[in-house]
Amino acid sequence: MDYFLELFFGGLTRGSIYALIALGYTMVYGIIGLINFAHGEVLMIGALVSWTFTTAMAGSGMPGWVLLLLSVPLAVLVCCALNFSIEKIAYRPLRSAPRLSPLITAIGMSLLLQTLAMIIWKPNPKPFPTLLPPDPIDLGGPVITITQCLILGLTVVILSALMWLVNRTKLGRAMRATAENPRVAGLMGVKPDFVISATFVIGAALAAVAGIMWAANYGTVQHTMGFLPGLKAFTAAVLGGIGNLAGAVVGALVLGLVEALGAGYLGELTGGVFGSHYADVFAFATLILVLTLRPQGLLGERVADRA
Amino acid sequence: MRKGMLGFFVACVTALTLVLGGTALAADTIKLGVAGAHSGDLASYGLPTKRAAELVAKEFNAKGGVLGKKVEVLAEDDVCKPEVATNTAMKLISRGAHVVLGHICSGATKTALEIYNKEKIVVMSSSATNPELTQSGRYPLFFRTIASDDAQAKLDAEFAMNVLKVKKIAVLHDKGDYGKGLAEYAKKFIEESKKAQVVLYEGITPGAVDYSAVVQKIKQSGAEAVIYGGYHPEASSIVMQMRKKNMKTYFISDDGVKDDTFIKVAGRYAEGVYASGPKDTSKNPLAIAAIAAHKQEYKSDPGAFFLNGYAAAQALLNAIQKAKSTKGEAVAKALRTHAVDTPLGKIKFDKRGDAIGVGFSMYQVKNGVYVEVPTTAGAAKKR
Repeated sequence: MDYFLELFFGGLTRGSIYALIALGYTMVYGIIGLINFAHGEVLMIGALVSWTFTTAMAGSGMPGWVLLLLSVPLAVLVCCALNFSIEKIAYRPLRSAPRLSPLITAIGMSLLLQTLAMIIWKPNPKPFPTLLPPDPIDLGGPVITITQCLILGLTVVILSALMWLVNRTKLGRAMRATAENPRVAGLMGVKPDFVISATFVIGAALAAVAGIMWAANYGTVQHTMGFLPGLKAFTAAVLGGIGNLAGAVVGALVLGLVEALGAGYLGELTGGVFGSHYADVFAFATLILVLTLRPQGLLGERVADRA
Repeated sequence: MRKGMLGFFVACVTALTLVLGGTALAADTIKLGVAGAHSGDLASYGLPTKRAAELVAKEFNAKGGVLGKKVEVLAEDDVCKPEVATNTAMKLISRGAHVVLGHICSGATKTALEIYNKEKIVVMSSSATNPELTQSGRYPLFFRTIASDDAQAKLDAEFAMNVLKVKKIAVLHDKGDYGKGLAEYAKKFIEESKKAQVVLYEGITPGAVDYSAVVQKIKQSGAEAVIYGGYHPEASSIVMQMRKKNMKTYFISDDGVKDDTFIKVAGRYAEGVYASGPKDTSKNPLAIAAIAAHKQEYKSDPGAFFLNGYAAAQALLNAIQKAKSTKGEAVAKALRTHAVDTPLGKIKFDKRGDAIGVGFSMYQVKNGVYVEVPTTAGAAKKR
């Protein structure tokens, strides 16, 4: 039982981080139908900015959690500015181009950001300072860390705020309207350019927070760190039904849990033939299975010509 | 269109002539190729050997070179990837390398050797420890100044069983040529000795960051010690995640982890970790001189495999001198017959290509540095 609970917590933590990233993917897709492959790199930049700040200020005598807290708005700011510029420079001129062009541009942007980060921050992996009390919480069996608890708590808060933003505010209504039909929304007085920029900025803020969480939880940062979570979050968004916010969260949690439990139990179920490194195979097999049975994803709606 | 093709053809022929002519013209130096990871996350393994080669070349050149010619170092980066290493090898050959010092990682070395073998070029690695490289007999012109993984795996396994006296051991590896080879040998030694039990044997995904599931499995298996075959990026992630979960399980690894980058990344979680690595020969006067030369030239302490690289470069150049030729077979013969004084001691090579008298020791992280620990029973202290 302890074993199960710890795997479960690990999966939930990973799933929460995926969820924050997946939301960025799915929001952008919902509004302009673009799969923004550079999204994972935004996460990486967020983590590296936070790393730069926290290591530079390590000698200032401020407690770790204050440093971490201060680094969040900084990373968010940098990432928002970055994603805003990316959209403006790379995607906006291609908005009426065939679907494939912005997609290829996104892949190019991902490579560009990764290489730039390698030049700026050097390629070697860097230790992310331990800023939160490292002593784990012993629940009389399963052991969880303070970082894990914080990630779970913070994700719930951020998700609620996002849901409120999309469903209850004027900007949220404009976003939903643009997603449904940009031209008609424009006729109703919504400025599509503004809404699209806002979507990218919100996505970047979520990615920056996710990047810092990832770094704080796993303890290392590197210029390649964005690729894998980016890919997984994209998978999660597809699993939940791309374009659907709740779907992205459900998909991410399912993916995180499937990976963790798959890695933990696969070996025993198959008598040791498949080890924990088959977790990815297991996760993607789940994706294929779900998409075969429900091509629109877990919570996706059947939309004609959306992909 | 046809005219365009013809122009292209002419350009190719011209380029080819230039390249061939270039090689012929530049033959008046002895070219020491150096291949390994010079960038990327494993650069800390490759750069020390490259610097060693440059220092040795300088030393030989100061004494008048080899066979009356200056020694020239040609460095090529393979980022420790087998798929890049083939290209690296071909580049070195086309640049006219007479002997090659490299590669650094076993996987990359293995693929590159297929190329060097055809060209009959002597290759000597300072760090590729995969047993097959010498034991398979497929690469008669391959040598190394480091002992092979089976020797290292044996040390790791015996250290766990005899010194730490654990009964349950988890053996993990990163699925690479190097890590998996080491893990397989460690498992074999433990099972044959019957002194302990392998409670978990598993590969992990290199490059993944979240190893929480594997860490849980280690905990679940009740292992008292983990023997890990692989490199430091994954090792530091696993160790950190184990320690963050309050697990005090011993962590024993290999020379892929015996690197200061591991300590830097894992920080205080690195304390107490064991890693086997090349025998400490820093008391050898030649080693002291080599390290001093490095400090003077690069204003820093040398990193992993520096002395092995230094010894390999010396052995190669010395063999060319003794053989009075740069021909592969002649150099190989000289390596096997003439001993040479190096920072690792006086070495020559056995029939398979392994350096005689080069071995491993066990190290432990204490206060942020690797310290050699005794490998005889009863001598170890609690962490």
